[in-house]
Amino acid sequence: MNDQKQSSDIELLTFKVADQEYSLDITSVREIRGWTRTTPMPHAPEYMRGVINLRGTVLPVMDLALRLNMTSQEISDRNVIIVVNMNGALTGLLVDAVSDIVAMKEDDLQPPPEASSNQSVPVVRALTLIDDRMIRVLDLSAIVPGSTDEAA
Amino acid sequence: MSLNILAVDDSKTMRSMITMALKPSGFDVHLADDGIHGLEVLEGLSPDAIITDINMPRMDGFGFIDAVRAQEKHRATPILVLTTESSTELKMRAREAGATGWIVKPFDPEKLVKALHMVAG
Amino acid sequence: MSEENDPMAEIRSSFFIECEELLEALQDALAEIDDGNEDPESINVVFRAVHSIKGGAGAFGLEPLVRFAHRYETALDEVRSGRLVPDADATRLFFSAADHLSDLVRVCRDDEEVPTEKSDELLAQLDALLGDVVEEEEAEVADFEPLGVSMSLDLPDIGSAGNGATSLNLSPMDGPEKSLFHIRFKPDFGVFETGNEPNLLLRNLAELGIADISCDMGDLPLLAELAPETPYLAWNVVLEADIDESEIREVFEFVDGLCELSISSNSAQKNATDLTPISPPEMEIPSAPNAIVAENTSPVKTEEPAVSKMTPAAKEPTNTAAKSAPTPSTKPAEATAKQTKSKTPKSVVRVDLDRIERLVNLVGELVINQAMLSQSLEKVGLSPHSDAMSGMDEFQRLTRDIQDSVMMIRAQPVKSLFQRMSRIVREASSAVKKDVKLITIGETTEIDKTVIERLADPLTHMIRNAVDHGLENSEDRIAAGKSSQGSVTLSAAHRSGRVEIEVSDDGAGINRPRVLQIAIEKGLIAADSVLSDSETDNLLFLPGFSTNAEVTDLSGRGVGMDVVRTAIQALSGRINITSKKGVGTKFSISLPLTLAVLDGMVVEVANETLVLPLNVVVETLSLTDNNVEMIAPGQNVVRVRDGFVPLFDLGVELGYRDTALNVAGSIVLLIALEDGNRAALIIDKIQDQRQVVIKGLDDRYSRAPGIAAATILGDGQIALILDPTDIIANATETPTGSTLPTERKVGT
Repeated sequence: MNDQKQSSDIELLTFKVADQEYSLDITSVREIRGWTRTTPMPHAPEYMRGVINLRGTVLPVMDLALRLNMTSQEISDRNVIIVVNMNGALTGLLVDAVSDIVAMKEDDLQPPPEASSNQSVPVVRALTLIDDRMIRVLDLSAIVPGSTDEAA
Repeated sequence: MSLNILAVDDSKTMRSMITMALKPSGFDVHLADDGIHGLEVLEGLSPDAIITDINMPRMDGFGFIDAVRAQEKHRATPILVLTTESSTELKMRAREAGATGWIVKPFDPEKLVKALHMVAG
Repeated sequence: MSEENDPMAEIRSSFFIECEELLEALQDALAEIDDGNEDPESINVVFRAVHSIKGGAGAFGLEPLVRFAHRYETALDEVRSGRLVPDADATRLFFSAADHLSDLVRVCRDDEEVPTEKSDELLAQLDALLGDVVEEEEAEVADFEPLGVSMSLDLPDIGSAGNGATSLNLSPMDGPEKSLFHIRFKPDFGVFETGNEPNLLLRNLAELGIADISCDMGDLPLLAELAPETPYLAWNVVLEADIDESEIREVFEFVDGLCELSISSNSAQKNATDLTPISPPEMEIPSAPNAIVAENTSPVKTEEPAVSKMTPAAKEPTNTAAKSAPTPSTKPAEATAKQTKSKTPKSVVRVDLDRIERLVNLVGELVINQAMLSQSLEKVGLSPHSDAMSGMDEFQRLTRDIQDSVMMIRAQPVKSLFQRMSRIVREASSAVKKDVKLITIGETTEIDKTVIERLADPLTHMIRNAVDHGLENSEDRIAAGKSSQGSVTLSAAHRSGRVEIEVSDDGAGINRPRVLQIAIEKGLIAADSVLSDSETDNLLFLPGFSTNAEVTDLSGRGVGMDVVRTAIQALSGRINITSKKGVGTKFSISLPLTLAVLDGMVVEVANETLVLPLNVVVETLSLTDNNVEMIAPGQNVVRVRDGFVPLFDLGVELGYRDTALNVAGSIVLLIALEDGNRAALIIDKIQDQRQVVIKGLDDRYSRAPGIAAATILGDGQIALILDPTDIIANATETPTGSTLPTERKVGT
């Protein structure tokens, strides 16, 4: 699951959150859905948008901008929810828009400079350049609790 | 040529064990839950050998063997009795009823295969 | 061999499932015997159950289980054969042994530690019961093992090379120590009558080595005199093989006693005469067969109840003589026919519970989808009489039917649960030395499997309570003019879409003055409280309430009826208590048929749709300025006829809004809390009352207290299902000052 050292191909799903470009390994992405109204969960952390009906199951949806400590944009019909699979448990990530799917070599990814950003959580596992734009590759496990990770 | 076997046992576990033991050796295994069911199955089947448990509801093994032997076409069909007891008395009762031989449970699959070949070719 | 692992595991697990069925049949039949039913089939059922468990256990090498079952079976065989007539103690021992057998099965299944001590204790008791039979059986155990071992005559070619006699002569080639055997085999009638085939025997013999077989036709008569099926032939075999004589005997195992057989080897030729002929063991037969045939081979199995009814008939010849007289002649045919009918095995499919879960979920979705579709059709403005709308109605009906049918798949009779309770009664009554009988009614009532599982603990507790506290001791019972044996009745029935379960005893009834005294002592109610009988009885459900002054071993474990009530409410059920002095106490439990659907009240709060379990909503009220009192800022109570009830704004409690709605004119739900108190919740609007399909919530994200689950509404939106007790327990404002007993202080 972790970095494969040999230069294997990976595919990244790139998307925009609060006007910044991010990406996720496509193997962890289940599907992409249009925005639907969430049912808020009382007393949940602010970044938890609530839950939606994903074909009969209850899918928790998290506002990725708020999760990354950025200001959430106003939500419109153009927003999308990326459904990701973390250790078998699904979570929806609310993002501004999905941009592209890009294939690249693992070698093309660079570790982020240490203590670079203002982020308190190390959620970016790598950086890469696509068409001269810097794309952050997110570490999903740092964002989404795995089914086994935590009890609190 | 695969041999047709009818196995009569009220225990699903035993039926499964018998099937497991015989299938790999190429036997065709037909199953019945008890004596009466066994007789029903026999109406449409001419097995090369029959394996039967003794203690069963509705019709026990002795009654079943009796009934099978009473049918002309099954007079010479080999019948093995499955028993947990190896007492001579029980074997003799089985023989009295017309059983060909006996297998002591828990049986060794190879032993069952061997016994079947011994009585049914 | 490795590919056998999986199927074996499967068979193993199906064995344990089968064990459960057998144990159930065992309990049933023991209960019949205990009830004085003298139907011989009962003991046969008991015997067969134990026997089958032993057989299966042997196949999987479950030694502790085999060991115990074997001895238990021996004792039962004594009863079956009529050599032992069990008295009350013996019957009790058989029950204990059945309970222990059930424990052993579970322990073996779960790979847990075997309670050897208990096994030994019961085995010792069984031994004591058996007396000298034991020795004989011991010998038999010994003789039954080597037979299993003696099969290790590994002829590798048998299984694989198959049936052919072609590969025979290869094996002896490499063995230098060959012996020469001279075998003479002359079959008797019995060989043919038992379906044995001399040809095959000779072939099997030939497979052991190099065989020179010659047929002795000396006894063969002229054709005209030939009687069919009379064995005239004999065979002489010279066998050169590297084997033991025992291996040759093994070939003839099945015809032992049905033939003349002599075996001599070149090394032991002198002893040959000692070995022939094998003494026919049939000598025993003349003495035994009659009894045996009557008992075992008769087609008249005595399973069906008609026979049991005949037993009393014999005791009352006057009124049943006419009935019983013709019975013997008609019995065989009739009985067999009836058995065939009554015992025709119901065709049953075993399905993994996961698959059913999946089906339940899918049907839940179907119901939701149907509701969504129906809503959008309505939005379009179709006429209710249009084809589409009437088709929709039909679709809805079918969907509900499917849902009901699917829910029924998980339904199981409560019988297994009741059987566990009969064990509890046995154990509890012997612990407190009371003579108690458990009467069960409605064992076939079906409930969702998961509900059954979760009922075990509360029922156990209630049964123990009934035995321990509910029933008086024998002296008191006799003094009160009752029979010395107390009875506990456990019943189940379907009533208007729910399951009603009742636990009642014929004891002294609740000692209300004592209950009040305890409640006052414990500060649960004010000293000057005036409570109705029913209110007093309900004090038993208060947390921490325990009636008995002296804590007994049995139920004084710090668990009160509050725990029972919590468990029942967790199943979306209700529990009520009624009691009559001197007559007894009855607990009535009402449960939904399944946990997957909930009767809910759909409400709206701050534009969010929420569902409350209908069973906690006592009534709905509309607030006026007159019936609300402020106790402290932000702390209100509402006056409800007999008292004041703390008032909460659901929107505020859930964080949907900061301040409560204008109190006057808003709608309030009066909620019955699990601790017996009530609370009032302000909501915006009541939408509907209906069944909702319960969906679990992801527990990775800290779930707020009071949010029990979720459901999907007709419009596809998710609505949260609330747990009002939890919400109020965690309420931000804690009202104070309520002094009336039923509306005690809540929270903190």
